[in-house]
Amino acid sequence: MAIFEVEKLGLHYLTRFGQKIHAVTDVSFSMDQGEILGIAGESGCGKSTLVNGLMGLFIPPLYPTCGDVRVDGESLMNRTPEDVRQNVLSRKVSMIPQGAFNALNPTRKVKDIAADVMAAHMKGIDKKQIYERLIERFNLFGMDTKRVLNSHPIQLTAGERQRSVIGISTLLNPQMVIADEPTSALDVTTQKVVIKMIFDLLEKGIFSTMIFITHELPLLRHVADNIAIMYAGEIVEKGTAEQVVFDPRHPYTKALMGAMLSAEPGQKQRKPTAIEGAPPNLAKPIEGCRFAERCPSAKPECKQKKQEIRIVGDRQVRCDYAE
Amino acid sequence: MQSNNIFTAVNSVCSFGHGKKLVRAVDDVTFHIADEEIVSIVGGSGCGKSVLAKMMLGLHYPSAGTFLYKDKPITDHCVHWREVQAVFQDPFSCFNQFFPIRNQLKAAFGIYKDKPSNKEMEERVDQALLAVNVKPSEVEGKYPFELSGGQMQRMLLARIFVLRPKVLIADEPTSMVDACVRANILDYLMKLKEELKMTIVFITHDIGLAYYVSNRIFIMHKGKIIEQGTPDEVTQSPKSEHTIQLLEDIPEINREWIKA
Ligand SMILES: Nc1ncnc2c1ncn2[C@@H]1O[C@H](COP(=O)(O)OP(=O)(O)O)[C@@H](O)[C@H]1O
Ligand SMILES: Nc1ncnc2c1ncn2[C@@H]1O[C@H](COP(=O)(O)OP(=O)(O)O)[C@@H](O)[C@H]1O
Ligand SMILES: [Mg+2]
Ligand SMILES: [Mg+2]
Repeated sequence: MAIFEVEKLGLHYLTRFGQKIHAVTDVSFSMDQGEILGIAGESGCGKSTLVNGLMGLFIPPLYPTCGDVRVDGESLMNRTPEDVRQNVLSRKVSMIPQGAFNALNPTRKVKDIAADVMAAHMKGIDKKQIYERLIERFNLFGMDTKRVLNSHPIQLTAGERQRSVIGISTLLNPQMVIADEPTSALDVTTQKVVIKMIFDLLEKGIFSTMIFITHELPLLRHVADNIAIMYAGEIVEKGTAEQVVFDPRHPYTKALMGAMLSAEPGQKQRKPTAIEGAPPNLAKPIEGCRFAERCPSAKPECKQKKQEIRIVGDRQVRCDYAE
Repeated sequence: MQSNNIFTAVNSVCSFGHGKKLVRAVDDVTFHIADEEIVSIVGGSGCGKSVLAKMMLGLHYPSAGTFLYKDKPITDHCVHWREVQAVFQDPFSCFNQFFPIRNQLKAAFGIYKDKPSNKEMEERVDQALLAVNVKPSEVEGKYPFELSGGQMQRMLLARIFVLRPKVLIADEPTSMVDACVRANILDYLMKLKEELKMTIVFITHDIGLAYYVSNRIFIMHKGKIIEQGTPDEVTQSPKSEHTIQLLEDIPEINREWIKA
């Protein structure tokens, strides 16, 4: 049974000029317990906006346009941020916001930041119990627990900070974790350490289901079971990791894979494909396919005809001409 | 005869702090970077790449050893920055939050003694925005906080395309953009390099990117340059264990990476 369902979700920002920016449009998917869904797309395509929408966190200028998000069948829409924070976040779904490891309160020690999270959600738990739980949990992460817990964030390396953030976000054993670019600001070696930690937590059953967001599609081949590709606020392709990485069908996914750089032998001569142009302006209504202007295989009618998701080669593709 | 040296480092050190707290962020490095060369400096975070970049920009002076730009020590920033410009990792720290982006791109011309005409400046800003895949209309009247991190990163690159420097120090300029945009930026940088005969120092932790763009790669580890060579030498027959580690840690799609 699906534990997480998203139905025709649309999200917009209301700007100072009263303009609506439709950052996310017509996003639908569902996830089963134990699934790892990767979402990839270029910066500005709406990934972080989607994350907020998926958590039911609507803080102005972000507003829901339409659609529904359900966790265990319970809708997150039309609720106050306080209600969502208290009853959904951390317990059912936990979020690791983009750049969180650089945004930890610099004046507090890691153990105090963590203790606050636990105290807020576990009534009646005393300080001693909290610290015992913390040490027990942080011992799982392969770090120097005492030093990390007793440090201020700035005294830690980026990797230690990010592992602490993940540790703190999963303290209450949420069913599901949504991680927004948790490794994008890290070097390749630290990225690998952080992802190993995530797999470790999955293996230990601390959480079971995850949405992993990144702008690096190739990384998802190693992380995700299924991959959704976003472009200009829409999901343009969704399939298994194998399908999307090795046999992409949507022209944008193909372009993303074609633009990949690799240090493997013989790759230097291969010219990565760059696509000209820019994503469409989301403040204006868009009639046809959002990728049409940049698509190498666009037909004349693509600019007028809205593209719907259809099934091609066993996966979802938002393109009438994909085969 | 004029040499073609852009940067020359001989046993250069850049250290911070004193006594027990002494950090040798750049530790005894020796190299040449020639005119029109593209050199990538690759290494994990904290290995000293940005400090070395700042030495090239004249923002840190060598604590020991020699560090020269065109065979002379760097003395006057303002003169140095007319020729040597940088794109940095953190896009938000480089733009003033209280002014529209476009004005700030135009203000970049301020470092020149003779500014081009207003019309030419506006045109160059438009071209620069298009070069980084941003429609000028999309940032019209916008402030930095209204753009996403990746869009801001592109604004930083747009600034370089506005300025057209002789030497570009690019400190992880593509770490937040997707592969298509990265390929685009690289394409445009290569075009700029051809046109302006620019020298580029690329700083990255992505050896795949370095492999593709560079004439030579320097691998850095704990402040030292532990390996220098052509992209093929460094990637096909790495000598240092740290280089091998960097190569192994890339999530290549055709090789097992973590799920053993
Ligand atoms: N506070 C905001 N006000 C107006 N527009 C915004 C705001 N935050 C983001 N946007 C716009 O929404 C779109 C999606 O942004 P975001 O979700 O941050 O993308 P991503 O996470 O994929 O990089 C972008 O076009 C961005 O400019
Ligand atoms: N202004 C400074 N004062 C003291 N230490 C610094 C300063 N700048 C950098 N360092 C230290 O120098 C080392 C190298 O940093 P940096 O060059 O930023 O690494 P990276 O390779 O990630 O760019 C780090 O240990 C850092 O803490
Ligand atoms: Mg984001
Ligand atoms: Mg750096």
